Amino acid sequence: MDKIVIRNLDLYYDDLHALKNINMDIKEKEITAFIGPSGCGKSSLLKSINRMNDLVEGCRITGEILLDGKNIFDNDVDVNVLRKRIGMVFQKPNPFPMSIYDNIAYGPRTHGIKNKAALDEIVEKSLRGAAIWDEVKDDLKKNALRLSGGQQQRICIARALAVEPEVLLMDEPTSALDPISTAKIEELIQQLKDKYTIIIVTHNMQQATRVSDKTAFFLTGEVVEFDETKKLFSVPKDKRTEDYITGRFG
Amino acid sequence: MRRFFDRELEILNNELIKMGSLVEEKIEKSIKALLDRDVDLAREIRASDDEVDSMEKAIENRCLQLIIKQHPVAGDLRLISSILKMITDLERIGDQAADIAEISLLLAGQEYIKELIDLPKMAEATVKMLKDSIDAFVNKNLDLAYEVIEFDDVVDDLFDKIKDELIGMINKNVEYGEQAINFIMIAKYLERIGDHAENIAEWVVFSITGEHAKRED
Repeated sequence: MDKIVIRNLDLYYDDLHALKNINMDIKEKEITAFIGPSGCGKSSLLKSINRMNDLVEGCRITGEILLDGKNIFDNDVDVNVLRKRIGMVFQKPNPFPMSIYDNIAYGPRTHGIKNKAALDEIVEKSLRGAAIWDEVKDDLKKNALRLSGGQQQRICIARALAVEPEVLLMDEPTSALDPISTAKIEELIQQLKDKYTIIIVTHNMQQATRVSDKTAFFLTGEVVEFDETKKLFSVPKDKRTEDYITGRFG
Repeated sequence: MRRFFDRELEILNNELIKMGSLVEEKIEKSIKALLDRDVDLAREIRASDDEVDSMEKAIENRCLQLIIKQHPVAGDLRLISSILKMITDLERIGDQAADIAEISLLLAGQEYIKELIDLPKMAEATVKMLKDSIDAFVNKNLDLAYEVIEFDDVVDDLFDKIKDELIGMINKNVEYGEQAINFIMIAKYLERIGDHAENIAEWVVFSITGEHAKRED
C-alpha cells in the first residue's frame, strides 16, 4: 500500500526552481533512500514531507503530497499532528540539553500525557525501539549531551519514536558518526522497518545499498531514476544515474 | 574524478586479453602437437599451465583489490564480477588444452588409424569462439557474444560426427579401439572448451546488459 504519494510537486525558493515536477509513490513499511549530489533537492523534498519548509522564507510549493490519501497541504491539516505522524531525525544529533528521560518524554508531554507510569512506559519502549535502552537504562537522569555522538543520535531516534509516528524522515543520520555508531544506526533502521515507513537522505552510496529497498536519484531538482535499490545499483536505466553512482561526476 | 579506477579497469582488460590469447595459443599448439606428433611442443604446453594459473590468480587479486578499494556498482560491478567468472573458464580451457597435449604424448610414437580432419576443424572452431568472446567483451559487442553462444552448436555437431565415425572404426577393427578412445577424449576436451567459451560469451552478455543470456533453442 502507498503511504506517501507525491504528485506534480514543484518547489521554489524565491526564483530558484529547486524541485521540478516530482512524482513518487512510497510504499508503507519500506525504506526509501534519496541520493544525489549536494544541492540537487533531496533534502528539500524530505523537508516538504512534514512541511518543515513552511518555516523557510520565500519557499513556495505547488502540487500534492498525499499521506494515506490526504493532501498534507490542505487547509484543514494541523501541522503539529502531521509532524507527530511524520517524525524527523537530523544530520547532527540534536538532543535537548536535559536528561535522557526528559528528552524522550518531551514530545508525549507536549501532546498531553502527564501520567508518570505512562511516560515511564513510553520512555522505555522508545529507548528499546532505538536500540539504546541497555546502554542508558541505569542512568536516565544523565544529561543527554554527555552521551557519545552515536548514542545521542539514537536518543534523537528514540525521541522521534516516542510520539508514535508512522513515517520517519532521516536527513543524513550517520554522516557525523564513526563507523561503529553508523553500523548500529543502520541496523536499527532495518529493525524499524517492521513498524515504520522510512525515508533516508544519504551521501553514502554504500549506506543506500545496505539499508534501503528503493532508491531515488536526484539531479538538479529532478528525480532521474526511482527503482528498487538492487536494480538501481546493478543495472541503472539512466546513464546519468550510472555516471553518478560510479563516481564519474558529483 | 576516477582516473585511478579507470586506469585499473584498463589494466584489467589488458590482462584478460593477454590471458585469452595465451589460452588460444595453447589450444592451437595442442592440436599442432597432435598433428605433427611433436613431443617437444606437447611438453611445452603441459609446462605452460603454471603461467595460465598465475595469470588467473593475478587477475583475481586485482579484481578483489578493486572491490575492496572502489566499492564498484552498476556497470563497474558487472564488469569486475564477469571478469572473475571468465578467468575461471579460461583457466579450465588451459587445463583442457594441457590434457590434449598429454594424450598427444601417448600417441606420438604411433601410426594414426586415420587422417585427422575434423579434430583440427573442431579446434579451429573453439579458437574462433574464444577469440570472438574476448573481442565481444573488449568491444562490448552484444551481437558478437550471441554469435559465439550460437556457434557452440557447430562444435557440438562436429563432436557427434567424430564420435560416430570412431565408433564405426572400432566396429570394423577392435584393434583401433585404444587410439579411437584417445581421439574421442580429445574431441570431448574440445567440446568442453567450446562450452567454456560459450560461458565466457554469456558473461559478456551479463556484463553489458545485467541479465543472463537467454539461448534460443
